[in-house]
Amino acid sequence: MTRWWFLGLAMVLALAGCQQEMAEQPRYEAYERAPDWPGNASARPPVAGTVARDARLEPVPQTLTLELNRELLEQGRQRYEIFCAPCHGITGKGEGMVVQRGFPAPPSLHESRLRAMPMRYVYDVITDGYGVMYSYSARVTPDERWAVAAYIRALQLSQHASTEDLTDVQRAELEVDQ
Amino acid sequence: MAQVFQPRSNAIVRIVFIGGACLAVAVLVMAVAFSGSPYVTGAESVPQQPVPFSHQHHVGGLGIDCRYCHTSVDRSSFAGIPDTQTCMTCHSQLWTNADILAPVRESFTEDRPLAWKRVYDLPDYVYFNHQSHVNNGVGCESCHGRLDRMPLTQKKSSLSMKWCLDCHRNPSPELRPSGAITAMGFEDLSPEESGQLVAHYGIKTDRLIECMTCHR
Repeated sequence: MTRWWFLGLAMVLALAGCQQEMAEQPRYEAYERAPDWPGNASARPPVAGTVARDARLEPVPQTLTLELNRELLEQGRQRYEIFCAPCHGITGKGEGMVVQRGFPAPPSLHESRLRAMPMRYVYDVITDGYGVMYSYSARVTPDERWAVAAYIRALQLSQHASTEDLTDVQRAELEVDQ
Repeated sequence: MAQVFQPRSNAIVRIVFIGGACLAVAVLVMAVAFSGSPYVTGAESVPQQPVPFSHQHHVGGLGIDCRYCHTSVDRSSFAGIPDTQTCMTCHSQLWTNADILAPVRESFTEDRPLAWKRVYDLPDYVYFNHQSHVNNGVGCESCHGRLDRMPLTQKKSSLSMKWCLDCHRNPSPELRPSGAITAMGFEDLSPEESGQLVAHYGIKTDRLIECMTCHR
């Protein structure tokens, strides 16, 4: 009879052994708690003056130095629609959903003051913030900031284009459409 | 001396043997079902967070893109948990006195991170990379469900190996065009369109089920 008890006990222990220690290995996952470290955090803030390995060390150029092509504008559009559109709106007129819910409205990107500003101005506003707009430097990389600046130029142009800017062929197509 | 075994002993022995066999099978079936049940895998669970953050409000109601907060999802293995500054980008102006946001304001003024609870925690022996999924056509919704309908974040998948393999063996139904990765409620594509996406993203389907793909 005792033998059966031992067998039963062994089976229970075998089941208990299903707890997999290799599922929780002694290493930190991203942002995991670290009781032995300051602030209980394994993710450490970088030491003051830390330079990212891929950071651009030269001063920020005064204007766009990346190649201006469709790909850059598409990247700019994607980032604009993620990070800017909640307030500035898809069209740039400053009536995004968060503004409709009570956030102070930003100026329209199509007003003459902003249309006259160089692309570097947009870059700087994304980097440092402006008024109630926080800095987006932690969320939008320097190259993406230039892409957004270039896209905003395209957005501004879209609201102020004239038929004079079209080629003869394009104008003919437009007249057919009408 | 009287008979040790009555005639009915035959029946008893039969019942014990057959019943025992049935019981063993039943226990096995139940053990398998139990180990895959939400109770064990944590699927459907809703961990309690320091702030009752609603994806339904922010994603469904306001239409904020997933990447606004989970900024590293397309350039890192980790999707990224937003810093308090991201919350305060809007909440420095909106709901500034709301009690439920008090921990956010405290975190911001005291420069102390909010301790969000992990909802999806893979075992440490599994290698997973967000970037290689979202940059190759797998939408957020495939694993995380309709976040735009979740007032509180709920774990939508078991994270079992079978669950991973179901898709790794046949990824095309879960693929989307790159412009629809963060879309919620994306309509399934036709088999031809899905097949074209496999080619478009250059997915080597035979590689997806190699051990090394996930265990490295």
